[in-house]
Amino acid sequence: MAKGVKPRVKVPKTAAAGDTVTVKTLISHKMESGQRHGDDGALIPRSIINRFTADFNGQNIIDVALETSISTNPYFEFEAVVPEAGEFQFTWYDDDGSVYEAKKKIAIA
Amino acid sequence: GNWARLAAQQSLTQDDLFQFETFGNVSLIHVTDIHAQLKPIYFREPSVNIGVGSNKGAVPHLTGGNFRKLYGIADGGPSHYALSSGDFAALAKGYGRVGGLDRIATAINAIRADRPDAILLDGGDTWHGSYTCYHTQGQDMVNVMNALKPDAMTFHWEFTLGSERVNEIVEGLPFAALGQNIFDAEWDEPAELFPPYKFFERGGSKIAVIGQAFPYMPIANPGWMFPEFSFGIRDENMQAMVDEVRAAGADCVVVLSHNGFDVDKKMASVVSGIDVILSGHTHDALPEPVVVGQTIVVASGSNGKFVSRVDLDVRDGRMMGYRHKLIPIFSDVIAPDPEVAAVIEAERAPHEVAMREVIGQTDGTLYRRGNFNGSWDDLICDALLSEREAEIALSPGVRWGPSLIPGQDITREDIWNVTSMTYGEAYRTEMTGETLMAVLEDVADNIFNPDPYYQQGGDMVRTGGLSYRIDINQPQGARISDLTLLRTGEKVDPSKSYSVAGWASVNEGTEGPQIWDVVEAHIRKLGTVSVSENNNVDIVGA
Amino acid sequence: GGAIAFAGLPAVPAFASLAEDAISEFTGGTAPGAGDLSISAPEIAENGNSVPIEFDAPGAVAVAIFADGNPTPKVGAFTFGPLSGSRFASTRIRLATTQNVIAIAQMEDGSFQRAEANVKVTIGGCGG
Ligand SMILES: [Mn+2]
Ligand SMILES: [Mn+2]
Repeated sequence: MAKGVKPRVKVPKTAAAGDTVTVKTLISHKMESGQRHGDDGALIPRSIINRFTADFNGQNIIDVALETSISTNPYFEFEAVVPEAGEFQFTWYDDDGSVYEAKKKIAIA
Repeated sequence: GNWARLAAQQSLTQDDLFQFETFGNVSLIHVTDIHAQLKPIYFREPSVNIGVGSNKGAVPHLTGGNFRKLYGIADGGPSHYALSSGDFAALAKGYGRVGGLDRIATAINAIRADRPDAILLDGGDTWHGSYTCYHTQGQDMVNVMNALKPDAMTFHWEFTLGSERVNEIVEGLPFAALGQNIFDAEWDEPAELFPPYKFFERGGSKIAVIGQAFPYMPIANPGWMFPEFSFGIRDENMQAMVDEVRAAGADCVVVLSHNGFDVDKKMASVVSGIDVILSGHTHDALPEPVVVGQTIVVASGSNGKFVSRVDLDVRDGRMMGYRHKLIPIFSDVIAPDPEVAAVIEAERAPHEVAMREVIGQTDGTLYRRGNFNGSWDDLICDALLSEREAEIALSPGVRWGPSLIPGQDITREDIWNVTSMTYGEAYRTEMTGETLMAVLEDVADNIFNPDPYYQQGGDMVRTGGLSYRIDINQPQGARISDLTLLRTGEKVDPSKSYSVAGWASVNEGTEGPQIWDVVEAHIRKLGTVSVSENNNVDIVGA
Repeated sequence: GGAIAFAGLPAVPAFASLAEDAISEFTGGTAPGAGDLSISAPEIAENGNSVPIEFDAPGAVAVAIFADGNPTPKVGAFTFGPLSGSRFASTRIRLATTQNVIAIAQMEDGSFQRAEANVKVTIGGCGG
């Protein structure tokens, strides 16, 4: 597992049923492109987050395939419909097989 | 001789300089780009200031006689000296130094005597540019500006103090630190420390002042010093803020801007609902506002040389009219305010001995401002070539830095006034001819791109040991030609490597002695600096 | 005017045909048209290693992003699920040089739309 990988998410704590809310996610990750050379002149192997998904109560919001041109500490902002109270599930998939998860609850106000 | 000085000044009085028929119900006072010049200085306005695209031939891109002709300014008079180029050394001997924050204080007090609730706005580039500012990390300027009691400020070079220091100072400021375009880089949200606007109740009206910081901070300056922040023009957000303050009852919308003049003109044409833009960054001084649609754009000079007064008639939720004066701060004519003078002396006292040390003398005028090398830049490039033993020197085309006139001593303070910054390391590196060309092309496009939103508001990188031809009107990649190494007279070979010395790199970890030490060592060896005319740049299409 | 950084100098995208190949792969060879798809990016990147971009693609099921001046032009592909609140998204990307960022939207009816934004990547330095 890559070191120091930490997901962070911003979603509202409450919404009205059926509201569209803005979601922002960040994950600390160097996103090594596989195109850089190290101090010894050798290529540094690729090591990136290659997929990100956001779901709500088990239903998908967005599913992103990431390539090496996504910046260090991948950031996504998008909008989700909140049909009822429940939980967002965010998942990041690392080249090295690691899977990172974050969850956020939202209440209906 | 002294008689010329007296004759020149005889016609000038403090009352004349401040004379103003109070108008309307609101007064704005604008100062900008002081670059830490606490004391009176000389400042030569540019003789080369090329406009491109729709700004070709438009102010502020007129200089010398063309500028005076447009505004009906008499040759040899005080306005000639203050506002335009030509006969600088002779006029400087007659009219003396300009600026000084204690004289600016007197001007502000005079306006406040007319209109006690005048709004004082500082356009930024305040906490940068001198020996004392460097050694106090901006505290000298903060203390002196606080004595002037500004109402709001926006920013540029301040951020080169590093975000930690900026946060520390801004948290303690007794006035608003504004920037609608200062965002938190991580979450792309408005930075909490810098509100977009502030309301002022004046003359029975609600005046909204919106801040606009320098948009290209992380490009023009080292972004690694303030990685938490993102800037940009963000004119859509500016429109949203204008709409927001109008909806909240603003009768008049003032933008305190550090965009640069051409960018402000474009922004005024893109964003609707702004009454006044107080423009900064490009250091232009204009005796009248430029009107763009319903917006007036005011340019108030730099280095403490001018104060703008703008009186507004605000009624029925709109600006009905304005009256404006650009007040030149002739330091021998305007009495220093004793209180502020005392604060300045207190800030300078611990450094006076070091600052006043005479390093050499100058035969000619030393100046910087202009699209291409000024004589200060030539001297700095010579210092880099000789002290760093390089074939080519590169020096940043910044617009700050006072002038010296023929016969003046060059003190350590004078050298710091044109070099001091938090990333002054003088690097030495190898560069291919191809890279050198790319650098010149890249910088040229930041100045001469016909779209103002692509202009970063500096001048062309200064070069030493090189000559070249530049065709202003070509696109990036096609402007520069005939790049020649002066040492050999040979064309620069794209595949060959050259030794290059420079300073003010935006790269983290740049190594080398500080530029002010390099320049001081060079001037000490010369004793007296003799300036020769620089014909190394052949300008086409201006 | 300017002081110096040393990365990313050429102004002409060198990999434009690679980008077109990658786009064809995404569209299966269908030529994209214009539509409501929009992409926005800063005129000048504050930092070529992290350039904010956003797109809005009303009616799209998926949007792929390409950078025609990068050695590997594919940037990412966004597929929208049943709970997506719009077809808007924003991310940050690496741009090696001044180039076009291209969005291709796959619409519900199987057609494709294209929009692009030019981003200038400058070596920077100095100012007023
Ligand atoms: Mn500035
Ligand atoms: Mn300035």
